[in-house]
Amino acid sequence: MAVIADLAIQGIQMLLVLCLAPALTGFVRKVKARLLRRRGPSILQPYRDLWRLMRKEVVLAENASWLFRAIPYLIFSATWVAAALVPTFATGLLFSWSADLIAVTALLGSTRFFLALAGMDVGTSFGGIGSSREVMIATLAEPAMIMIVFTLALLAGSTQLSSLAGFMLTSPVGLRVSLGLALIALVMVAVAENGRIPIDNPATHLELTMVHEAMLLEYSGRHLALIELAASLKLLLYVSLIGCVFLPWGLSPPGADVSTRLVGVGAYGLKLAAGGFLLAFFETTVAKMRVFRVPEFLGAALMLGLLGTLLLFVSRSL
Amino acid sequence: MHSLSFDIAHLFAGGLVLVSFMLLYQDRLYALLNVFALQAFVLVLSVAWQAFVQQAPHLYITAAIALILKAIVIPGALHRIVARLGIHREVETVGGIGSTMLAGIGLVALSMVVMLRATPGADPLAREDLAFALSVVLLGLLMMVTRRNAVSQVVGFMSIENGLILAGTGAKGMPLVVEISIAFSVLVAFIIIGIFLFRIRERFDTVDSRALDNFRGERT
Repeated sequence: MAVIADLAIQGIQMLLVLCLAPALTGFVRKVKARLLRRRGPSILQPYRDLWRLMRKEVVLAENASWLFRAIPYLIFSATWVAAALVPTFATGLLFSWSADLIAVTALLGSTRFFLALAGMDVGTSFGGIGSSREVMIATLAEPAMIMIVFTLALLAGSTQLSSLAGFMLTSPVGLRVSLGLALIALVMVAVAENGRIPIDNPATHLELTMVHEAMLLEYSGRHLALIELAASLKLLLYVSLIGCVFLPWGLSPPGADVSTRLVGVGAYGLKLAAGGFLLAFFETTVAKMRVFRVPEFLGAALMLGLLGTLLLFVSRSL
Repeated sequence: MHSLSFDIAHLFAGGLVLVSFMLLYQDRLYALLNVFALQAFVLVLSVAWQAFVQQAPHLYITAAIALILKAIVIPGALHRIVARLGIHREVETVGGIGSTMLAGIGLVALSMVVMLRATPGADPLAREDLAFALSVVLLGLLMMVTRRNAVSQVVGFMSIENGLILAGTGAKGMPLVVEISIAFSVLVAFIIIGIFLFRIRERFDTVDSRALDNFRGERT
């Protein structure tokens, strides 16, 4: 019986993540529009877009290989798994033994690899540009992410997200510079990975700057819908990762009763809203960066991650 | 040593290292001077916290001197110098910013390895402060090496001095006489450097230190 309840909660988490992801994207767009004193589309617009794309016919390039058709499903499933592994409203779920930060990073890295392959598959020039830029960003974002993971793992003694969140909740962590550095670096990596404004702007089709969008130009119909949904899931994943590691309040412990779980869901909703609002606010205050300045931005993130690990080393070894 | 006071000291000293990295990262002179003022301010906070923790009231005077001299007077004077020289946009680095950052990380790691090995028996607060102070000093040196512009070399020199004060206050308080003499010697050095800046500018029409190499015939 307990196993069935655990399975149900894990299933709820997977469905919750999937259902909330487009709403978060819509919320960010809405807040951005409101901050620019425009009205903006409804929060539900991404759902309508996805539904519209789902019903449309798929138009494929003549020289598209089987990989091109398989990749949207691969990307979507890997991102969904990664997003469902991050604790959203409860720790210690059934699959939390596999919710390892390194595994999540690896899942996201493989989706990026497949997306870059898809960009080059049809052989248009835009896809190649997008793939090469994406890989350039990845070469700096991934080491930065790994350094952040190392910092957290050194501090908590585990790379498992559930035990990390539990550690942050229970033990007296104190005031730590390394955590602050890791948080800033994680935010920078999240901005870069999701193609948000200083790095990339998926809302436009400007050939000088586009990264994420250039790789998707050849996709249409349900394939495009899957990739868009995966992008929303990725945004949700990063917001919930930051929420679960750095603001773990409200997470319900393993084996909690229904009311605690509901509190956890409410806290998660609040965290998502706060994260979305902050992201939109940040995006309206900064300008898009030149592509050649991206390595400096991500280099700073990498530097912060490294510095966090080093400072932690000093404070721990005393 | 209960942990919260240690954590706050760690926060300020780590913040000082972070601001040193921000100094390395800047590519505009005005931004560089603002970050330098911020570094001095973090130093003031750190010294004041040390004064509170060690119950050494004379360190408050050190903090006050640092606040007035380094966070207000010297950045203001540098601002005026840069405005009069009309060079606010030019910071030329030797090599890219990214490689400088990596070298800086290497220096921080080096100073931690050295300090943690060299001072096993000392007070934890002093050890940590010494490690951070050494890295601030090394980062200041790195900044002097990697910048061609004379004004940013001056900033590097001043940030070395900030690191020295951090080291001095961490090691159970610095005698007040030493502190005052250091402060005044830095002020004098600053005045001399300022005069030299204008002399270099008059002679070569630039404050880029490569012009000096040309003059001495070291570069064809």
